[in-house]
Amino acid sequence: MSFISSTLAVVSKDVRSELRTRYAMNALLMFVVTSVATILFALREDEVSTEVLSGMFWVVIFFTAMSGLSRIFVSEEERGTTMTLKLVASPSVVYFGKLIFNCGLTLTLSSAVTILYLVVFPTFIIKSMVVFASTVFLGSLGFAATATIIAAIIAKANTKGTLYPVLSFPILIPLLITVMKSTTRALDGEIFNEALGEFQMLTSYLMIIIVGSYLLFDYIWKE
Amino acid sequence: MISISITANRLSKDFNQCSVFKDISFSLSSPASLSITGKNGAGKSTLSKIIAGLLSSTSGSITYSVNEKQIGIEEFKHHIGFVSPYLNLYDEFTALENLQYLSRIRAGAQQNHKRIKEMLTQIGLWDRRHDIVDTFSSGMKQRLKYAFALLHNPAILILDEPTSNLDAEGIEVIKQIILGQKTTNILIIATNDNEEANLCAQQIQLGKI
Repeated sequence: MSFISSTLAVVSKDVRSELRTRYAMNALLMFVVTSVATILFALREDEVSTEVLSGMFWVVIFFTAMSGLSRIFVSEEERGTTMTLKLVASPSVVYFGKLIFNCGLTLTLSSAVTILYLVVFPTFIIKSMVVFASTVFLGSLGFAATATIIAAIIAKANTKGTLYPVLSFPILIPLLITVMKSTTRALDGEIFNEALGEFQMLTSYLMIIIVGSYLLFDYIWKE
Repeated sequence: MISISITANRLSKDFNQCSVFKDISFSLSSPASLSITGKNGAGKSTLSKIIAGLLSSTSGSITYSVNEKQIGIEEFKHHIGFVSPYLNLYDEFTALENLQYLSRIRAGAQQNHKRIKEMLTQIGLWDRRHDIVDTFSSGMKQRLKYAFALLHNPAILILDEPTSNLDAEGIEVIKQIILGQKTTNILIIATNDNEEANLCAQQIQLGKI
């Protein structure tokens, strides 16, 4: 009970801090708007396939996530509050608190990208809402889980900006391939059972990343 | 009242293969007080962080006991109060919010408003409790660090440069806290100031061959 309350207190602190400072939110939203606008100018009125559309959808989410999700640990390090957090919370409380916050942020980001895509690309029509919603949900959680542990690793490095996408990309490749395939299925109007293999893959990926991160976080956080 | 003891056995710390200190051993059982002195770069802050479990030593070990039962550092941290120039509170929150959030994270759902008020009053920041910490002077931030460190009635208080940035009134408040702490609990002070070091019964001088 105390573990859950402490974890929720970390989430609550981070939400309040984000609302006050707009550390990550502004960067994320600006990145979404500019990248979607660039794609829009590049495509103009060209008819593009669902594969290309779903690929670009996740490319925007990937690069946006890379620009903002590391802030969760980097801001603690830059403000010198890491030590304070180490004193009051166990590593697992910090990890799950930060993970929940990043999941919320990524889901908000994915929703914003979806709305923008629906508004600006007339060919982006979601024919299977269940498949699309499940893909975005599981994909966002996978992104958040990977981004959280990589952010913890790079927070102390001098070259955080470049190190973050470089370290994240190889780990995210299986996730990216799967979510792109599954999003194409949603745009093509395939039923849930046809995308079941992708969902099993996404769920397994998520579980492996979270369990692996939980085991690894103690060592990363203490040093 | 709980009985606390800390035993350090041949602690050494290296940074990038450069030795900061070597083979430091001591044993403290409450009530006790220890000062850590030494030149700049001798490793006073590093040793304080190692004792508080915020940094690991390169070699050697520390054992923590509560009521003669040995416990791990994560459990022991609930008994530690720590003040250091390297420890910052959240600038975007008010003084009150900082203490509320940190006590909620530390203790789960429990939050002692009475204790928060008592601590902010003792350090003279109750009237400024709704002000954002970013607007505080360095001395006020140092006072707030004391409120944070003492909020949970720690059985061991570790102070790194305890009076830095404080005015005469602030130093007097802190001296009273130090005197109260060392008579019942464990007090560890890392300092260059002889007057502060002399408040403690035991002394470790780092960098002395």
